[in-house]
Amino acid sequence: MPVKRQKRRIPGWAKGAIWGLLAVGVLAIASYATGVNTLTSTNTAHTALRLALPILLCALGGLWAERAGVINIGLEGMMILGTWGAAWGAYHGGVWAGLISAVVFGALGGLLHAVATVTFNVNHIVSGVAINLLGLGVAKYLANLIFTPLSGNPRQSPPVPKFDTYSATFLSDWLADLEKMQRVFISDLAGILNGLITEVAPLTMIAIALVPISYFVLWRTRFGLRLRSCGENPVAAESLGVNVYLHKYVAMLISGGLAGMGGASLVLLAGGADYLENQTNNRGYIGLAAMIFGNWRPGGLLGGAALFGYADGLQLAGGGTAVLALLYGAVILLAVIVAVQLFRRQWIAAALGVFGAALLYAIYWTNDDLPSDLIPYTAHFVTLIVLAVASQRLRPPKADGALYRRGED
Amino acid sequence: MSSWRTRLLPPLLAIVFAVILTAIALIISGADPLQAYGTMIGQLFKGSTAVDTVNLATVYYLSGLAVAIGFQMNLFNIGVEGQYRFAAIVTAIIGGALRLPPVIHVIAILLVAVASGMLYAAIPAVLKVTRGVSEVISTIMLNAIVGGIVAFLVNADQFGVQTGNNIATREIAETGRIPGIPIGSGELFGFVLIAALIGAAYWFMLNRTRFGFELKASGESTTAAAAGGVNAKKMTLIAMLLSGGVAGLVAMPELLGRDFTYGITSTQMYGFTGIAVALLGRNHPAGIALGALLWAFLDRSAVSLEQINVSKEIAVIMQGVIVLSVVIAYEIVRRADLAAEQRRVGRALAGKGSSVSEGGAV
Repeated sequence: MPVKRQKRRIPGWAKGAIWGLLAVGVLAIASYATGVNTLTSTNTAHTALRLALPILLCALGGLWAERAGVINIGLEGMMILGTWGAAWGAYHGGVWAGLISAVVFGALGGLLHAVATVTFNVNHIVSGVAINLLGLGVAKYLANLIFTPLSGNPRQSPPVPKFDTYSATFLSDWLADLEKMQRVFISDLAGILNGLITEVAPLTMIAIALVPISYFVLWRTRFGLRLRSCGENPVAAESLGVNVYLHKYVAMLISGGLAGMGGASLVLLAGGADYLENQTNNRGYIGLAAMIFGNWRPGGLLGGAALFGYADGLQLAGGGTAVLALLYGAVILLAVIVAVQLFRRQWIAAALGVFGAALLYAIYWTNDDLPSDLIPYTAHFVTLIVLAVASQRLRPPKADGALYRRGED
Repeated sequence: MSSWRTRLLPPLLAIVFAVILTAIALIISGADPLQAYGTMIGQLFKGSTAVDTVNLATVYYLSGLAVAIGFQMNLFNIGVEGQYRFAAIVTAIIGGALRLPPVIHVIAILLVAVASGMLYAAIPAVLKVTRGVSEVISTIMLNAIVGGIVAFLVNADQFGVQTGNNIATREIAETGRIPGIPIGSGELFGFVLIAALIGAAYWFMLNRTRFGFELKASGESTTAAAAGGVNAKKMTLIAMLLSGGVAGLVAMPELLGRDFTYGITSTQMYGFTGIAVALLGRNHPAGIALGALLWAFLDRSAVSLEQINVSKEIAVIMQGVIVLSVVIAYEIVRRADLAAEQRRVGRALAGKGSSVSEGGAV
């Protein structure tokens, strides 16, 4: 029976743009209703972009691995290796050497994961956990051995060079003027855009360019199709002459390299720390969550990384009051969702939405500030809530995490 | 089929492999591996290191058991870390506030610990069963969040007590403590006995009860178990809660036997160690005990490496290598056994001279 393909009325990129504008609209309303300008300020957007990058790169790493059928919980460990590699390379040979060394170190972690999972058929999560342990141990050991004589502190590297930044000067000035004019929505949009185009490092541009590149390679080339077929049905792929082992290995090398680059973005961007123990702070896992949130697709994971980066950047830039204002924004967003669900006659979903909105509003109304100890975990809370709300209509690659051995079913 | 070879060889291979690999790392960094290993083993007989090792192993053992219960159901409870820390802070607060007669106080504290561990494990369990959220991601987020919860609860505005520079919960009264067993220059946690009991209960539940059988069966194959009338969702929920309940006890040996308070600076990472220990012990209670002892030994005696100017992080690398190589070694030995079996069958068939043309089976 031929599968009837529903014609999409709106192309994917337009849908993304609509979501983006909706998000800015909600933030604009929340910003004016609560009087917290930090929600859409240039500074917040700037910090959010910096914090979204490691998450974005890890999510991309996860995408490459899982599209080839390998679950990569080890992203965190590969990222830690990347932070060490970045600091070491940058200290000796400048920022670009740092970036390359970070990618190489991350890819080594990816290679190890491939050897364990593809060649030796080890459970993917077990191997990932071992790599996280190993990544942390190796980075600590190497930092102790090589950085301690230079910095005098085993938990830290000596100061390393950072990427130069570039701004679109004229556009930036114009947007800054717009932001000062305090016009609803336009000024907010200008503030956010301004944060995204001022003082941008080459690494940032590369990272963002990697999203469409990943899409093109994975969905529009023969290599990508073969790679994805390994994640959907490796037995069928093998029978059609695809070298499944090879494709999985390549995917894992790329995945580890991207995670390493994510580590580099923590070290080599202005405003970030040099190599520091525990600086990755579970971002590898948040990247994985961003990928799941994005339904294993590049455009979606960009949205997920933006969301978590924004939550992280906001708490850093604005603290408790800003997070409370974000709650207010969430109430507005929930109101929109409830309206849509009512329109679709999804009564239960609408009722749940009303309940959630009421709860959030109650928290907003009764608190002037949130406990400062919990604020740094905003992105984690957002991850949990978003996964709970969004994870049901998602479709992972069919053979994701399945153990595959040539010649066996 | 599991012979002694498939059971014992892989962990031994893994340890040998880890020793060789770390020796290479040591040589590269300019240290003498023999001297390093000698120092580590020598440390075991100095002062109270041996008793400390057993004490630490008790904690790891509980954590390993908690993880192993999840493994039986194919659940990956990375969240033991968050569950035990949540249980520790809640139990320390309630235990410090309670005023009860001796034994009852201890029992009340342990019940609170189990219940609060279950409570924190219920979040990922419910999310998984009702919304299909991967327990791996949700528990990782909860592990991170627990740091904030501990910091929040231990704050002087909430339940914290400032003593000098340190801030922690109120001290648990004498009645709520578990006395230690003095051995040599150290003191063994009294909780060691309780941990052994829990290990025995775990073994009994798994091998001698219907529930244990259903747990293992639905871990092997949810569809097959469902055909046999086992509700996989219910099993997932129960396994996660049980795992969380045992996780709630992880901090108790130290809380009731040594520290009596819990604060931000209290020990962490026991949950992650539990994963490694459960893997090493292949979910078998005796195996987990050996794994816990090995891990505790590496942790405790690595400190002595500083005396000979070797970074103690080499022990972490060794632990990582052991975990990875033990799972790989199991796979290699399994394949070797399989190949040997095939050869044996092949020889037996060839000996009979049976072929299809002579009417033999293929």
